[in-house]
Amino acid sequence: MQEQNAISMSIVKVNNLKKTFQETRAVDNVSFSVKKEEIFGFLGPNGAGKTTTLRMLTGLLKPDRGTVHINGWNIDKDPLKVKMKLGVIPEVSNIYKDLTPLQNILLAGRFYGIKRSTITGKAEQLLQRLGIYEQKDQPVSEFSKGMRQKVSIACALINNAEVLFLDEPTAGLDVHSRKLIREVILEMKKTGVTIFLTTHDIEEANQLCEQIAIINRGRIAAIDTPENLKRIFKESCAVEVSFDRMPPPDSLSQIEETKHVEKRGDKFRITTASPDRLIKHLASFAEKENIAFTHLAVLGTSLEEVFLTLTEEGK
Amino acid sequence: MSYTILARSTFLVTEKNIRIYYNKPPVIIFGLLFPFFLFLSFFMGRELDLFFFFPGLLAMSLFFTSSSVGPLITPWEKQAGTYERLLSYPVTINTIIMGDILAGMMFGICINILVTLVGLIYFTYPLQLLIFIPALFLGSFCFSTLGVLLASPAVRSPSQVMMFSSLIRFPLIFISGIFIPLNELGEVARALSYISPVTYFVDLLNYSLTGQHHLPLLMNFCALLAFSALFLSLANSFHRKNHLKGL
Repeated sequence: MQEQNAISMSIVKVNNLKKTFQETRAVDNVSFSVKKEEIFGFLGPNGAGKTTTLRMLTGLLKPDRGTVHINGWNIDKDPLKVKMKLGVIPEVSNIYKDLTPLQNILLAGRFYGIKRSTITGKAEQLLQRLGIYEQKDQPVSEFSKGMRQKVSIACALINNAEVLFLDEPTAGLDVHSRKLIREVILEMKKTGVTIFLTTHDIEEANQLCEQIAIINRGRIAAIDTPENLKRIFKESCAVEVSFDRMPPPDSLSQIEETKHVEKRGDKFRITTASPDRLIKHLASFAEKENIAFTHLAVLGTSLEEVFLTLTEEGK
Repeated sequence: MSYTILARSTFLVTEKNIRIYYNKPPVIIFGLLFPFFLFLSFFMGRELDLFFFFPGLLAMSLFFTSSSVGPLITPWEKQAGTYERLLSYPVTINTIIMGDILAGMMFGICINILVTLVGLIYFTYPLQLLIFIPALFLGSFCFSTLGVLLASPAVRSPSQVMMFSSLIRFPLIFISGIFIPLNELGEVARALSYISPVTYFVDLLNYSLTGQHHLPLLMNFCALLAFSALFLSLANSFHRKNHLKGL
């Protein structure tokens, strides 16, 4: 019953999607569904099939087999109806550089049939929210990569899309721009927009997404919530530690319960199956070596480790 | 609903192309100077009667101006990434193609109305407007469609498209009977001239300006329509096949 409710709440339904380019099977039997108002993360290494899947979901590419339904409409049969409800933010901020941000947004809005008077007000609001209102009449060619990406986002938000597809929206941006774009994504979710996000940034997916699919070599390797994925792969934890002075080389790897030691900056990340016992041994080690802890933390399985495990298994 | 969306997107693609690609000083200057350079290249130093050469000059000018920017728009947009954005809007490949064609057609018509006016200032042609106007519209549509067809190879670099475009367009001019009247051409050359749409357009211009023509007027219109339909159908098919190549 619960499962039935979940299916009926799905706004994006993908069934057995397949796409082959010559001999290469880019996407192989990919199926998943995205619930309404959910942020769905789509992760995968380069060449895993993320962009091909995204292009099939947004109607840019016809699948060899399988179907994509968005809000009940089959994108292959009713591409125009579906596209009216979508917003797409490609990886490269592909806006018209000869136009100003306002002209770009006006053009985008008019493609969706929005009246010019309505678009102008909404465009100005979006530009203000994205912090580029002052530059609204400057040609985009003078903008930095981050500013162009903000204009691209504004173009995708102008039609009050029900589903927003974002392809690596924060790739290559500075910390402030990344933070702002993540905030905008969360705001869009609050207003009822469903968000499909492809990203390389695992921390970003961990922070934003309610559900994550990991794709590798064209196949879905896992789909679940970030916490469930971490739980499934929780074979080992790590203890992160730093001392007031460097311990003798290789001494940490001799400590009992230690599986693996990795130096990260001024800290050591020690993988273990039993973090509580390891901490006791570390305390004895510090006392013996006459060194003091400056930092000690137990780390759970990270999403990055889950990702690496899944994508390396596929190789 | 779909027809409204399609009509709107065609109009917006046309407007976007004119604003971004045609309404630029270098492009307008090129359009205005091109007929003058054609005149210098093909008329000066040759014993030709300008009165009878002008329709051919106008035909060459319309052919080149209508088909000059069309081959470059898709490669430019693919290079800039804007083609992918355009495809994400409620548009189809057909509406993008039609928008590209209409923009080229309007550019060709605007430039060549000026060229015609210059011709009409110098010569007193018995202008047949009822033939001239439809010929101008149909000719520019046909040539602009050829331009958009030339944009369809799956290349990313506009320079490659330019080479390919020149390779196709120049021979079409030379076999078209602009420089030698059709009735003076040898059999092989005349047969060749029938595979160039410019031949039929020149014949229509000859009739509407000088009153002389070699082929039946209806045949000229039908041939231009048939070439337009062929170019449009090939452009649709090639663009559809190659639309993601070079992205």
